[in-house]
Amino acid sequence: MTDLTRLTASELAAKIHKQEITSVEATKAHLDRIAEVDGAVNAFLHVDTEGALAAARKVDGDLAEGREPVSPIAGVPLALKDVLTTKGVPTTCGSKTLENWLPPYDATVTRRLREAGVVILGKTNMDEFAMGSSTENSAYGPTRNPWDRERIPGGSGGGSSASLAAFEAPLAIGTDTGGSIRQPAAVTGTVGVKPTYGGVSRYGLVAFSSSLDQAGPCARSVLDAALLHEVIAGHDPMDSTSIDAPVPPVVTAARAGLKGDLTGVKVGVVAEFSGEGYQPGVQRSFEAAVAQLKDLGAEVVEVSCPNFTYALPAYYLIAPSECSSNLARFDAMRYGLRVADDGTHSAEEVMSLTREAGFGAEVKRRIMLGTYALSSGYYDAYYGSAQKVRTLITRDFSAAFEKVDVLVSPTTPTTAFKIGERVDDPLAMYLADLCTIPANLAGNAAMSVPSGLSDEDGLPVGLQIMAPALADDRLYRVGAAYEVARGPLLDRIPELKGVSA
Amino acid sequence: MTAVVDLMDYAEVVERYDPVLGLEVHVELSTKTKMFCGCPNLFGGEPNTHVCPTCLGLPGALPVVNGRAVESAIRIGLALNCEIAEWCRFARKNYFYPDMPKNFQTSQYDEPIAFNGHLDVVLDDGEVVRVDIERAHMEEDTGKSLHVGGATGRIHGAEHSLLDYNRAGVPLIEIVTKPIVGMGERAPEVARAYVAALRDLLRAMDVSDVRMDQGSLRCDANVSLMPKGTSEFGTRTETKNVNSLRSVERAVRYEMTRQAAVLASGGTVTQETRHFQEADGSTSAGRTKETAEDYRYFPEPDLVPIAPSREWVEELRATIPELPWERRKRIQAEWNLTDEELRDLVNTGAADLVAATVDAGAEPGEARSWWVQYLTQQANTRDVELADLAITPVHVARVIELVKSGELTNKLAREVVQGVLAGEGEPDEVVANRGLKVVSDDSALLTAVDEALAAQPDVAEKIRGGKVQAAGAIVGAVMKATKGQADAKRVRELILERVGA
Ligand SMILES: [Zn+2]
Repeated sequence: MTDLTRLTASELAAKIHKQEITSVEATKAHLDRIAEVDGAVNAFLHVDTEGALAAARKVDGDLAEGREPVSPIAGVPLALKDVLTTKGVPTTCGSKTLENWLPPYDATVTRRLREAGVVILGKTNMDEFAMGSSTENSAYGPTRNPWDRERIPGGSGGGSSASLAAFEAPLAIGTDTGGSIRQPAAVTGTVGVKPTYGGVSRYGLVAFSSSLDQAGPCARSVLDAALLHEVIAGHDPMDSTSIDAPVPPVVTAARAGLKGDLTGVKVGVVAEFSGEGYQPGVQRSFEAAVAQLKDLGAEVVEVSCPNFTYALPAYYLIAPSECSSNLARFDAMRYGLRVADDGTHSAEEVMSLTREAGFGAEVKRRIMLGTYALSSGYYDAYYGSAQKVRTLITRDFSAAFEKVDVLVSPTTPTTAFKIGERVDDPLAMYLADLCTIPANLAGNAAMSVPSGLSDEDGLPVGLQIMAPALADDRLYRVGAAYEVARGPLLDRIPELKGVSA
Repeated sequence: MTAVVDLMDYAEVVERYDPVLGLEVHVELSTKTKMFCGCPNLFGGEPNTHVCPTCLGLPGALPVVNGRAVESAIRIGLALNCEIAEWCRFARKNYFYPDMPKNFQTSQYDEPIAFNGHLDVVLDDGEVVRVDIERAHMEEDTGKSLHVGGATGRIHGAEHSLLDYNRAGVPLIEIVTKPIVGMGERAPEVARAYVAALRDLLRAMDVSDVRMDQGSLRCDANVSLMPKGTSEFGTRTETKNVNSLRSVERAVRYEMTRQAAVLASGGTVTQETRHFQEADGSTSAGRTKETAEDYRYFPEPDLVPIAPSREWVEELRATIPELPWERRKRIQAEWNLTDEELRDLVNTGAADLVAATVDAGAEPGEARSWWVQYLTQQANTRDVELADLAITPVHVARVIELVKSGELTNKLAREVVQGVLAGEGEPDEVVANRGLKVVSDDSALLTAVDEALAAQPDVAEKIRGGKVQAAGAIVGAVMKATKGQADAKRVRELILERVGA
């Protein structure tokens, strides 16, 4: 019998909808796989066996009664990043401070998944409050990269990407503030998309940096990502920053791309994202990918985006500033961790001691950075200047998209680094998001699609494709065409079966 | 709490110093729902029942602006002769306090929706003072804390605190004056008159309950003194939450006498917030401003900017009702009142009520007589303000109409008004339920007349003999028999008819 965990989401959906297999069987296969390998991967913080099986039974019941599937991926299992609220199911954001919190409401993304009949297997590990590039900042231990378990799976959404590479789920949801979907996708050989800012509702996405956060699809193929994208995207009146416009036709674009023809597409290579700091194997993989895009008929030109160089420092002022305010609510008064409530401490002391105990080092570092950047007397020099850089980066993108349809670069300068290698060097850690941050600052759409393995260490490399805001469909057309040309990759992931924790 | 405070005699204060006032008034809007969520905006209620993820600041929840609140803010701005911003934003005001769910207040900072206005205030003697308005901006209210134990009722020293978030997120408009200078000894009176004028204005616009006793209108009074002949403002204090008109006047006067004593003895005024003591009219020190927090304001990233179109602003301008002072000018002319008569009307709080009663169809004389005499008595007996009586101008107009049409006598009308004041419903309901209608059915009256004539044949004889004034005794008997519900004039006519006089 076919190993159901090896199928793509679209393949699984076809079998379920034709009633060749049931959603319950597909769900059980993935739950079994999680039970077998997650001790070695630690992709999941919580597995909701009962909730998943109930959702699967509902889909099977409806199909048995002759009803049409409620969505193209109805019945397909999915791993949900633990930063999106799930009613009655733990939502920790990888933090001690929310260890026992049961949200009383579903995020809009969660609700849309449920309404589409998608089976939520559980919640995936992440850097605490999505702050990090390695998932080592989780309060619940690091997630390991299925390609090499001594290495990081990227971050902050390492759990979601690792669950795909470990065949624990065919689909996952990530969130991307500075690269937290794309960089994990790159280092795990999977696909990850940061939609246009406002394309997917942020309601119920526990905020790190409100003006940058965006939830998006993670999958093992571009088409699967497109199918998931269409389920979660669309206007939401509960999110004021949600765009009231039709969802770009991403599935149609992915199917068009699968035909392998990019004639008439203009691709711009970002000149600033190469050279020093870029691993040679990553650079070679990227150059090979660009050559393949040409072979597919695309016209390739080099484009300069001079202000992209300032993206990283601007990001490390804007994101911490917003986070210092967003995370102020974790004060022990209404929910979450509360320490020192022993009758001898004042409310102010309980707030302070709880925050001391509940937040990890990286979260504290960013809260302090942001508090400082917003302080009176420093605001203009830091937060104010960073906002100006943001405008310049948006202009760089606009100028570039007058010349080309999409921009490309490596997703991240290196392949997966070793666990522990950068924990004591935050600046080295921050460099992992060098190429992904500009799209967050400008709010446009971007994807990471695997460009094979680095010839020097045999680890996955990601090709980043960037498109203008609301032109997410361009990512899918180019990404799917490239994926066909590149050929299969995931059959080269080391076998995890039989591993022990 | 009973430390002796030096106060300077008021006459001496105004001889030696010029007071400078700044008034900040917070007004709770009477919208159906809260500022950023769909929870009901109602005073009171069981604690923590008017709450949802957004107004509790739960992780992931997002705000959506209440369009009605923006509309009210613009209308208030227009009524205060302000410019309305073509583009403005919300900002986060960051500080920690347990009754503030997010530990930041969503407010407006350097981009208020309305600015540069003025309000003309009429003092008791008819003098008009123009108070310049700096700005009016939108924000959300906090929850309420109840600090149990401890001496002061404040958070420091309390044994424990109870939190009620029903008020959290209620829409507020904060109206800030420019410094009010040159008022001399009338400064306390100007402060009261300004708040009273604002209250009357907002009530006429029907945008707020403006109940100072319930906190839907709250005033913070900034007071400083400068020695006569100088022009540099002194150090100010801010007396918080002064919750009646009388208290506004007392608080300003007290601060003037206290600060003058400090300055005269060579001391310096401490910049601080102070609390008003209702019992003795004094103020006491709160936290000092030197240690006050840096609010780290920055634009609210969860909300989009507000850009009211000029067409919309003009539409709203057309909805501003006749303003209270304009109406007063008009009624003085129309009713031919002396300045003194008008002032009496205004001082009892009756002017607007009389005008509204006239608008509802009553004759000015009748309307004035009801409000100034009978209802003012009723308000005094109940120790409430005239406007807070449970009867509306529309009710009073209806009662006047019923008297005019002969359906009620004056005595019955007062009974109906008592019923309305007792909460028995609209005048017509009270008439029906209490059975107070004048007996106008002649046949019923004739029976009573015949009975009364038969009972007093000697009187009947006198009338028949031409002593028409003797009919009074029969009228009295009929009125007694009909429990006063007969129209005495008609009874007299029937008696004369019956005896053939
Ligand atoms: Zn609410």
